[in-house]
Amino acid sequence: MKILIKQGRVIDPSQEMDKVTDIFIEGGKISRLGKVAGEKADVTIQAEGRIVTPGLIDMHAHLREPGREDTECIESGLKAAVRGGFTTVCAMPNTEPPCDSQAQARFLLARARAAAMANLLPVGTITRERKGLEISEMGELKDAGCPAVSDDGDGVMNPGLMRRAMEYAAMTDLLVISHCEDKTLANSGVMHEGYFSTVLGLRPIPALAESTMVERDIQLAHLTGARLHIAHISTAESAEKVKQAKEQGIKVTAEVTPHHLVLSDEDLKTYDTNLKVNPPLRSARDVLALKKALKDGTIDAIATDHAPHLASEKEKEFDYAPFGMIGLETALALMIMNLVDEGILSWPELVRKLSANPAAILKCGGGTLKEGAPADITVIDPEKKWIYAREGILSRSSNSPFVGREMKGAVTDVIVGGRAVLKDGAICGRK
Amino acid sequence: MKKVDERKWTKKHLLGIEELSAGEIELILDQSERFQEVLARAIPKVPTLRGKTVVNLFCEPSTRTRASFELAAKRLGADTLNISSSSSSFVKGETLKDTARNLEAMKIDAIVMRHPCSGASYFLSQLVKVSVINAGDGAHEHPTQALLDVLTIRQRLGKIKGVKVSIIGDISHSRVARSGIWALKKLGADVTVCGPKTMMPAAIEKMGVRVTYDIKEAVKGADVLNVLRIQLEREKSMLFPGIREYAQRFGINRQLLEKYAGDKTIILHPGPINRGVELSQDVADGKNSVILEQAKNGVAVRMAVLYLLSNIKS
Repeated sequence: MKILIKQGRVIDPSQEMDKVTDIFIEGGKISRLGKVAGEKADVTIQAEGRIVTPGLIDMHAHLREPGREDTECIESGLKAAVRGGFTTVCAMPNTEPPCDSQAQARFLLARARAAAMANLLPVGTITRERKGLEISEMGELKDAGCPAVSDDGDGVMNPGLMRRAMEYAAMTDLLVISHCEDKTLANSGVMHEGYFSTVLGLRPIPALAESTMVERDIQLAHLTGARLHIAHISTAESAEKVKQAKEQGIKVTAEVTPHHLVLSDEDLKTYDTNLKVNPPLRSARDVLALKKALKDGTIDAIATDHAPHLASEKEKEFDYAPFGMIGLETALALMIMNLVDEGILSWPELVRKLSANPAAILKCGGGTLKEGAPADITVIDPEKKWIYAREGILSRSSNSPFVGREMKGAVTDVIVGGRAVLKDGAICGRK
Repeated sequence: MKKVDERKWTKKHLLGIEELSAGEIELILDQSERFQEVLARAIPKVPTLRGKTVVNLFCEPSTRTRASFELAAKRLGADTLNISSSSSSFVKGETLKDTARNLEAMKIDAIVMRHPCSGASYFLSQLVKVSVINAGDGAHEHPTQALLDVLTIRQRLGKIKGVKVSIIGDISHSRVARSGIWALKKLGADVTVCGPKTMMPAAIEKMGVRVTYDIKEAVKGADVLNVLRIQLEREKSMLFPGIREYAQRFGINRQLLEKYAGDKTIILHPGPINRGVELSQDVADGKNSVILEQAKNGVAVRMAVLYLLSNIKS
């Protein structure tokens, strides 16, 4: 299939490129990046006025399969990802059963192949069954296709075990994605500790529940030589620690979610359970610090932490609702509206956080439009306004505080491995 | 008695004090005084809410608040229905949403709810079309308690503005403290909170209160002491070393009052009292205690609230 993408504004941070030009795709690869004349294409995408980027990569999503297919499955999750402009998604391992063996990893990859939508990268667990007691078969997980391990959903509470896990991961060349949360400090809290948790009477989670473990893991990374990646960073304190660690040459990277950049603890005054997330929405001061850290490179990537839950699970008293909100379909629009339009990140800087940087951190390839690279491409209409309507949501769940809101910035076309999976905003492809 | 213009009340629900203006608080207090007059009669009853049904949905144990709301509704001539979660289908796992909707289907006019979760009353108000009155939601608010406390203070001391109030106890877990702070600050009182540092919530001084961990400081110069019940179940052992130390360092006893308090200092307590812990026996029953007056005033205040809310059409 020969595809021509004509005259789009091609932004490819991996090549420091930001110019209007053409892309020609053939045999699943980018065969030409530059003015294309006379080539006969089977499909031509008129991309004037649109932005063309490497396919976006989400380093952190919960696809709930196996175990909770009532909330999401790999097929629906990858469709939602494509609608959001993502061509690769890392599937977090807190499934039922968890992804702690090569059999589980291969199952996920097979389901993703069958879905024939975005690419899936399985993330294995750090510990067997995610119980935090013994290290998992990391060698097997790596061979089966995992670029990283994580016990996400929980932090590894035992520092001695985390040290050994990091040593082993360093040996196996696996990225260690750490969910930093000291349960004893978090103490069953449900929102950020501050003035608003006091006024709302909700059990508080101090910022230190995260930053103390960030500090610990940074020191362990320094000791073991492991590649450490801080998941869903949420506090100014954590960002400061990552900055200092980078200055010392320690191999640490970090990601932030769109919701931690757009919402804060004050928004919880309506007790909306769609705002109940872990780590919690923090203070306005933290949001400012995270934006600054994103701009200065302390935070390398934006990742959704897409966490589907049933309406019946969320429509409860705040204390009883599970943590998490979905985010695959709204991430890009939210970042356009709140970072690019606010002058915090330029378009190339935003694209870097969603493509080149995740690819480099995961060492997974992609995130580039270099000639010869697999044709994973996202086409965006940066000005298009649309309503995030409940009926149109592709995820099986709709637990988002943004449902019904007007969004700006729509993904119009997505190509995965040279195959169109999204055309004029609608899912297409074999399924 | 002050003339009350009930048309000035426009809110469908009473979920907390935070969202009320000083004027709205005073409206409730003035209406409460009118109902105190009714309660003093030989037959303490008026037909104001005849034909209306008020449901008391109590998902936590309660003596005062529950009895008080039931009497208040009955004194106004309403029909009452009491549901306690421990003996209802809550026990079978039925959600609050289903419980509320099913009750509403039976044609009721108001739900008074006490619930262990903060925000539960707000949640309920989004689920049903009838009026919702918060009888205590987790650690968040207990508006009618604050209102009866403020009425008691106003009647005993003649005013609220400039009155020095100290709230003593486990502030971090107290809805009585939070609602009390809002009400007192809106009416111009000077508020101090006192308790162990481990039980003082983050940034509470931003609510406009002074914070002290020294009981002598809290009692010195106070016109009102609002003493909260201390609960020290196993879960809280991380917060405080035990009842004996609490009584020693934060308990209100006669020696403390004689040394640091004024003669006219009044003692409030929302109940139930842990005698010998936060209040010594002789202080609980002594001349400074207005605890029983609080309980009495609670009925009038709840009648006022039910009455004002009933005027709001859906």
